[in-house]
Amino acid sequence: MSEQSKVVDARGTFCPGPLMELIAQMKQSQIGDLIEVWSTDAGSAADIPEWINKVGHEYISSIEVEGVWRVLVRKKK
Amino acid sequence: MKILVVGGGTGGTIVANNMARRLHHEMKAGKARITMLSASERHMYQPGLLYVAVGRMAPDELYRDQKGLLEPSIEFHVDPVETFDFKENKVITKSGRTHQYDILIISTGSRMMPESIPGLAESAETFYTEESAIKMFKRLREFQGGKVVITVGVPHKCPMAPLEITFMLHDYFKERGLLDKVQIHYTYPIGRVHSLENVAKWAKPEFDRLGITYETLFNMKEVDATNSILKSEEGTEVKYDLLIGIPPHKGMEVIEKNSIGQSGWIPTNRNTLNMDGEFKNVYVLGDTTNIPISKAGSTAHYEAEVVAENVASIVKMGVPVREYDGKVFCFIEAGKDKATYAMFTYNNPPDPKEPTQAVHWFKMAYNKLYWSSVRGIL
Ligand SMILES: Cc1cc2nc3c(=O)[nH]c(=O)nc-3n(C[C@H](O)[C@H](O)[C@H](O)COP(=O)(O)OP(=O)(O)OC[C@H]3O[C@@H](n4cnc5c(N)ncnc54)[C@H](O)[C@@H]3O)c2cc1C
Repeated sequence: MSEQSKVVDARGTFCPGPLMELIAQMKQSQIGDLIEVWSTDAGSAADIPEWINKVGHEYISSIEVEGVWRVLVRKKK
Repeated sequence: MKILVVGGGTGGTIVANNMARRLHHEMKAGKARITMLSASERHMYQPGLLYVAVGRMAPDELYRDQKGLLEPSIEFHVDPVETFDFKENKVITKSGRTHQYDILIISTGSRMMPESIPGLAESAETFYTEESAIKMFKRLREFQGGKVVITVGVPHKCPMAPLEITFMLHDYFKERGLLDKVQIHYTYPIGRVHSLENVAKWAKPEFDRLGITYETLFNMKEVDATNSILKSEEGTEVKYDLLIGIPPHKGMEVIEKNSIGQSGWIPTNRNTLNMDGEFKNVYVLGDTTNIPISKAGSTAHYEAEVVAENVASIVKMGVPVREYDGKVFCFIEAGKDKATYAMFTYNNPPDPKEPTQAVHWFKMAYNKLYWSSVRGIL
């Protein structure tokens, strides 16, 4: 069975925005948890990996389907 | 039909008054009843705290008696809810009373959690409560120069407050003739100076023009109070002489205790504003929803109008009529005498204009008009 990820559905929202929603979700998660952010903002497809790498979490993948970016990350610390 | 509103802040007051007006005849005929339970007999205009923190408003100007803000037909009790029993359609309060309902609306707001960041509560000034805003102003008055660092926790209510306090501090020090001895340094959790891209585009050159420095992708991790150093999750450090913190927030404890929502944020449908799950007679609005939009009074206001109209039409016709479109309107103070605003929905990003004096005066007027607005007169 594949591992379940928590979904942060930030589609169509501008403020606080997908990265800030991910940061908030990270705080509520356990080390090892998978989190998938859904976003309609192209910028966050770049912002999220940058922040993930800077802090030292794990960036897994990013795909775009019909204008929705799905960015998958894992909490590492 | 028994309608119960839990929370007497911005969202709760607007939804209750709006419903009472729409259901005037039904209430008179004994077909509908509205009860509000809150944790305080007073209602605070929270945006005013920003002005208290820089000495431009007195704390008593922020309060009104809650009962006086409500339509007389609304039954009001200061008796906070301790237990939610959705299966039995009832809540139990601190005093031990049980209130049954047919429709429940939860708007219990959010609270700052400085203790969630090691060292923050002891070392930072903040302005999200009356007590802290007064303490911050006293500290500002004594401050004779040095590095002022602004730091922002996630999530927090009022997304405009970080920028506003920064511009207001700049003007406060300018007025005191202290600017040449003060360095203002702004930090922000994501990769630009504000979450709204267009607001960030406007604010960044403003910071450059005013000599305000900034560091983005900065999430506070801990404060070393002994050495006056703020450390970030991203591995950077900044030394401060005066630390101004907007702490991370949570919803109210009662939400977590009843296992309704992690960190006090209740899972809520972004369009219908129903609580997620099987209990379709429960609505949620304001800060306590988990909807990924601004935790702001204006959000609570627009959501409350939708819920009120829907509840009234459920009473009259058995079905709701409207959906919430994500509308938010926020003023942005850009100093002591200029302001702009941002308005957006789920589908339309904001496009803030150049700050003007006229918008600032409109915001100053709104600081008073708020009371008419929650009464539903505006
Ligand atoms: C410094 C500052 C500046 C701000 N500036 C702005 C601004 O410029 N523009 C803007 O739009 N917003 C602003 N806000 C945000 C705004 O004040 C809040 O987002 C808004 O008040 C949220 O409304 P609410 O109804 O969700 O919660 P609140 O207004 O906080 O009300 C919550 C209510 O629930 C009650 N309660 C709590 N626990 C219980 C319980 N167990 N049982 C019953 N009742 C309970 C409380 O007593 C209170 O009456 C600002 C906030 C601050 C602190």
